[in-house]
Amino acid sequence: MRIGVYVCHCGGNISEVVDVEKVAKAVGEQGNVVISRDYGHMCSDVGQKLIADDIKEHELDRVVVAACSPQFQGGTFMRVLETSGLNPHLLEMANIREHCSWTLPGSPKEATEKAESLTSMAVAKARLDEPLEKRTMPIGKRVLVIGGGIAGIQAALDLGDAGFEVHLVERTPSIGGKMAQLSRTFPTEDCSACILSPKMADVPANPNIDLLTNSEVTAIEGHLGSFDVTVTKKPRYVDPDKCTACGLCEEKCPVSVPDEFEEGLIERKAIHVPFGFSVPNKNVIDESVCLRLTKGGDVCGLCEKICPHDAIDFGDRPETEQFTVDTVIVATGYDIFDATKKTVYGFGRFENVITGLQMERMVVHGAEGTPIRPIKGRIAFIQCVGSRDEQVGNEYCSRVCCMYASKLSQLLKRSDPSRDVYVFYTDLRSFGKGFEEYYKRGQEAGVKFVRGRPAELREDPVTKRVTIKVEDTLSRQMIESEFDLVVLSVGMTASAQTDPIAEMLKLTKSPDGFLQEAHPKFKPVDTLTEGVFLAGTVQGPKDIPDTVTQASAAAARAIRLMNQGEYTLDPVVAFVHEEACDGCGLCVPACPVKAIAISGGVTEISESSCTGCGVCISACPTEALDLKGYTNAQLLEEVRAALSGGDGTTVLVFADDMTVYRLADNVGTARMAYAPNSRIIRVPSGGRVTPRLILEAFSLGAGAVLIGDSEEKSSPFVGSAATMKENVAAVKSALETEGIDPERVLGLELVTVMMAGFVGRVNGLCALANKLGAVPEDKRKALVEHVNDKLLSNKR
Amino acid sequence: MTSEQTSTTRAAPDTGSPKRTRLPYYPGCTLKTTGKGLEDSALAVAETLGVELVELPRWNCCGVVTSLTDDDLMRHIAPIRNMVRVQEVSDAGLVDDKRVVTLCSMCFNALKWSNARIVGDAEDLKSLNDFMYLEEDYRGDAEVVHFLEILKELDPEAIAEQVKTPLGELNVAPYYGCTLLRPKSIGIDDPEDPTIQQELLEIMGATVIDNPYKTVCCGSYQTVQDKYAVAELTHGILSHARAAGAEAVTTFCPLCAFNLDNRQREVLEKHPDFEPMPVFYFTQLMAVAFGLNPKCCRFDLNHTDPRPLLRGKGLMKEGA
Amino acid sequence: MAETVVITVKSEAFLKKIVALSAEAITVCDQCGTCSGSCPMIAEMDVTPSQLMRMVQLGQSEALDTKTMWVCASCFACTVRCPRGLDVSKVAEALRQVTLRRSVDHLDIRNIPDDELAELPQIALVSAFRKLTG
Repeated sequence: MRIGVYVCHCGGNISEVVDVEKVAKAVGEQGNVVISRDYGHMCSDVGQKLIADDIKEHELDRVVVAACSPQFQGGTFMRVLETSGLNPHLLEMANIREHCSWTLPGSPKEATEKAESLTSMAVAKARLDEPLEKRTMPIGKRVLVIGGGIAGIQAALDLGDAGFEVHLVERTPSIGGKMAQLSRTFPTEDCSACILSPKMADVPANPNIDLLTNSEVTAIEGHLGSFDVTVTKKPRYVDPDKCTACGLCEEKCPVSVPDEFEEGLIERKAIHVPFGFSVPNKNVIDESVCLRLTKGGDVCGLCEKICPHDAIDFGDRPETEQFTVDTVIVATGYDIFDATKKTVYGFGRFENVITGLQMERMVVHGAEGTPIRPIKGRIAFIQCVGSRDEQVGNEYCSRVCCMYASKLSQLLKRSDPSRDVYVFYTDLRSFGKGFEEYYKRGQEAGVKFVRGRPAELREDPVTKRVTIKVEDTLSRQMIESEFDLVVLSVGMTASAQTDPIAEMLKLTKSPDGFLQEAHPKFKPVDTLTEGVFLAGTVQGPKDIPDTVTQASAAAARAIRLMNQGEYTLDPVVAFVHEEACDGCGLCVPACPVKAIAISGGVTEISESSCTGCGVCISACPTEALDLKGYTNAQLLEEVRAALSGGDGTTVLVFADDMTVYRLADNVGTARMAYAPNSRIIRVPSGGRVTPRLILEAFSLGAGAVLIGDSEEKSSPFVGSAATMKENVAAVKSALETEGIDPERVLGLELVTVMMAGFVGRVNGLCALANKLGAVPEDKRKALVEHVNDKLLSNKR
Repeated sequence: MTSEQTSTTRAAPDTGSPKRTRLPYYPGCTLKTTGKGLEDSALAVAETLGVELVELPRWNCCGVVTSLTDDDLMRHIAPIRNMVRVQEVSDAGLVDDKRVVTLCSMCFNALKWSNARIVGDAEDLKSLNDFMYLEEDYRGDAEVVHFLEILKELDPEAIAEQVKTPLGELNVAPYYGCTLLRPKSIGIDDPEDPTIQQELLEIMGATVIDNPYKTVCCGSYQTVQDKYAVAELTHGILSHARAAGAEAVTTFCPLCAFNLDNRQREVLEKHPDFEPMPVFYFTQLMAVAFGLNPKCCRFDLNHTDPRPLLRGKGLMKEGA
Repeated sequence: MAETVVITVKSEAFLKKIVALSAEAITVCDQCGTCSGSCPMIAEMDVTPSQLMRMVQLGQSEALDTKTMWVCASCFACTVRCPRGLDVSKVAEALRQVTLRRSVDHLDIRNIPDDELAELPQIALVSAFRKLTG
C-alpha cells in the first residue's frame, strides 16, 4: 500500500495558524505513507497536477488531502484520482480548515497538533479504503402519475409529449380536480373551465397516456426502475364505449343526492355525468345510492330500460390492472378545510354561511344565467378559516385564500356595484406575480377590506341573517354588522386519501400533514424515495401557477432519471459479512426502507433500495452488517488514531454528513472558536454510530463522545435520529453499569443553523472531560468485556 | 368556609330497587345559601335516578376563581385539600367512585383545573403534600366531574321513565355560560355550540330553544363592582333567548343564576320595557318533570318567581 | 397630535416580567382581534384586549393603568378562540397581580352598600376578592 499525503496552506487560511510543514513531515513518517507534501493551493490546477504526477511517479494507491471541507473540494480531488486511473473512493480528506485552523485562531500549537491528528485519522481510514464500484441499473421510460387534477394532468402531458409512457390514475370518474370547479382564476380572471377543458381533452388524445379514471392505486411495490403497480378500476355500470351522455337516463333516474361537483348546492341523479366538460364525458352510476345496486333484484332499472344504446351494465365488477413503471409522480391534491370544525362560524348550522368553493359554483352558474342559489344583499368574506388557526390544529397559511377572496369579492362587487362586499382578514398576503395589483383593483372596485378576524357569528332565528362581531384592529373599533351571506374562505388541508399512497411509497409528512419534499430548497419536488416525485398541493398549499410549475418540474426530474437508460447508485450501501451472519433477522425490521430480507439463512440487502443510512448496523448482534465507505473497521481505526497520544480527555464528535458535519463547517466559516481537544468524525448518519463503536472509543481512551444527527424531521434518513437516541441510551446505561459517568456521552439532534448551540455543547463536553479526567484503566478494560459480552448478548 | 356536616346518607325510596351508586359529592359554599334550590333539587333528582350523592366531610372552599399566574402554587392548596377528602371517603369505602360530583359549575371548574394542574406536575404535587403535612398525601388519582356528566352517562330510557310531567308546553333555552365549557381542557362540551343540556331537556319533553347567547359570559364576579355592566349582559342574554322564543332559561351556576335573575332588577331600571324571565336551575326543571315535591326546588329563593309560568303551563298545581 | 411612545430597555424587562408571570408567549400574538370580538366586557374597557396585548408586546407599562385588566371577567371566551393558542385572560391576570402584589387593592369592601353585600351570593364575593384584591 502506498499512500500520498497533501497538506494545503489554503493561501494562508490554514498555514497562518497551522505549521503545515510540520504536519506534512510528521504524517510522512507514518506507515504506508510514501510521500507527504505541503503546498499553497492544492485545489488549483498546479496542485491537482502535483497529485496526479505523484500517483504515476510514486505508484500511489491511496490519497489523503488535508485541506478544506470535503463538502467543498471533495469532488475536485475525486476527479483527480479518477483521471489518474485510481478509484475515486480511495481518497480521504482531513478538514484542517473549517474544523481546525478557523476554529483555533491565535493558537498555533494546538491547531498544529489538531491538524496532525485529523490528518492521521484520514490516513488510518485510507489504509482500509476499498475501491467502490459505480453501480448502474437499467431504467425504462414508464411513469405512473397518481391524481388527475391540474398537477397530474400537467405532469402527464409533459411526460407524454416527451415520449414517455404514462399511466394517469384518477380516483373519481373524471379528471379535472378542484380547478374544474372554479369560476375564474386570479389575478387574470381567466375562466377556469375554459383554460382547463382543452388540457383535459388533450389527455385521452395523447397516444402516450393511458388514462384510468374511477380507479385507485391499491398497491405499489419495488423501487426506482421497477415499481410494480396494482390499480383497481371501480365499476362504472355504464359502458363508456356505448354511452353518448345523451341524458335520457338521468331524466328517468328517481334517486337524487347532493352533487359533489356543485358542493352540495344542488342535486344530481344516481346515474350522472360528473360535470359538463368531464373527461371522459360519460355517465356513471353511484353504486352507494342506486336503487338497483343497493337493493338488488329487479328494483328500478329505469336507466337500463330507457338507454337507447344499451350501455347500462349492472353486472359491471371491479377489475384490477397491473403494470410496472420506472418512476412515480404523486399528485393527489388536497381537501378543502371542513368548515364544520370551526363551530363558532356556524357552517352547517347557519343557512347563510357558505364556503368559498360554494361561492365559486354560485358565481359560475350566476354568470351562465342559471343561478343555483341567489346572491343578494350584503356579503362578507372571512379569511383564514382553517388556516393559521391553532384552535383547529392548522398553523400554516393556505396561500390561496387571500387571492380567491379578492377575486370573488371584486367579481361580486363589479357585477353589482350597489352591493356591500366586505373581506375580514388578519393579514392580506398578495405575494405572487400580479397579486398586489389585483388586490388593489378590488379596493378600487369598492370591496371593503377590514383587518380583524371575526370572533363570532350569530344567526337571527327569524330572518336567518348573520351578525358578525369583529374588532377593526386598525381603528380599534368594535364592529357588529349583519350580512345576508357569509363566505368562509376555507383553506387547504392534507387529504386523507393520500395516506395509503404515502405508505406504499414510504413517503414522509411534514408537520402540517402534507407530504415532505427531499430538500426544501434544492429538491423541492423530489422525495426521499428515489424515483418518486411530488406535484401540486399534495406537497403543501399552492395556487394554480405554482402547481403547474411544480408538475412540470416533477416531470423534468423524472425525465432526468429515465432519459439516461441507466442510473447510477450511490456506492455507500450496507453489506453483509456473510461468515458472521447467522440469519437471526433482527436487522429486517430495523431497516426504515425495507431493503433487508433473509434469504438462504443469511441477510440479503437490496442495493437498489438501500439508502446507505447505516441504521441497521446497530441492530446486528454479530457485527455481520457493515457499510461501504464507513466500515466498522474504518471507523474504529479513525477513533484509534484520534485518541492516539491523547491524555484521556479527547472528545470525539460523530457528525452526520447532512447536518452536523456541515454545521461544524459553518462554525468554522463563522470563525467561532471552540476547545482544541475535539475531533470530528464524519458519518453518513447519527444512527450509523453503534453502541459498540462508542464503547470501544471509551475503552480506547475517549474523554467524552458526542453524536450529532439531523433532527428527525429534516433528516434524509427515516429513523436515524431515533436509533441514535436509543444507542446513546444503551451506552449511558452500559457506562453506568461500569461506574463511568453517563454524562460523558451525549446525543444531539441539530439543524445546520444551531452554530452557537453546537459550540456550546462541544465546549461543555470538553470541560466535562477535563473535570472528570481520563476514564481509569480498569474501567476501560471492563468496558471491553462489556462490549464483548453484555452488549452483544443483550440484543437477543 | 369549612362545613362540619357529616356525609349525607339518604334512605332508599323503595326497597327492592337495584343497589344505588354512591358518588362523592362536593357542594360548595353558595349551594348552602342562595343556591339551595340547586342543591336540594339535584339531590332529589339524583336519588330518583338511583344515584346517591355522598357529601364530603369537612369540605372547604373550592378555590374559586382559578388563579392564572404561573407562580401560584399556594392558590391550589384549598382545592387539593378537597381532593384529599375525596380520597379519604373512597379509601374508607364510603363511596363507589373516585370521581367527585360537583353541581356548581364554578366549583367544578376550579376543582378540575387545580386537580389537572397539580396531578400533571409531580413536583408541585409533592410540594403541596409536604405543605399539607397534617393531611395524608394526595395520590392524584381522584377526578372531578360535573353532575351533567353523570346524567349523560345514565340510560336515557331510565331518565325518561321518571318523567311524570313532560315539559312539553315550556319553551326553555339552556344557558351554559363559561365554567362548564371553558377552557377546552376543562369543559364538558363543545365550547361554541354545547348541546348537553338540550339532549336532557328533550328527554324531559321540553321545547328546547337554541339561544345564540347561550355561551356568553354573564359578567361573573364583575357583578360586585359594576352591577349595571352585568345587567347589560343579562339583558343581551335574556333578550336573545326571548327573541328566539324562550320563556325561561336554565343554568347550573349559582353566580350565573344571580346575575341572570337578580340583575333583572337593574335591567328594568335601564330598559323599562324588558319582560322579566324566570331563571331555573336545571335540576329544578328536572324535579318538576319528575313530579317531585316542589319544596325541593326552593322556588322561594328565585328572584323572578317561575311558579306563575309553571302553573300557566299546567306543570305545577295551583297553590303549590 | 399623535403620541410618541418611547421604547427602551425597560420595556423589554416589562414584557419579560409579564411573560414570566402569565407563562404566555405574548410575542406571538398576531393582533387579529379575535379576543376583542369575543370579549363580553368590551363595552366597559378603555383599550381592547388585543390592544392590551400590543401594549405588553411593546413593553408599555401603561398597560397597568388600563381599566381593561380590571373588568376582565376571566370567562375564557378569548382563550378558546385565539388562533395562536394564547390565553389573554392569563395576561390580564398577570397585569392585575403586578399591581395587587404591591398591596394596592382594586376593590374595597367598604364601598359596597350593606344591602348589596347581603344580597350577593358568597361565590360572587369570593371571586371578586380573589381577582381584585391582593
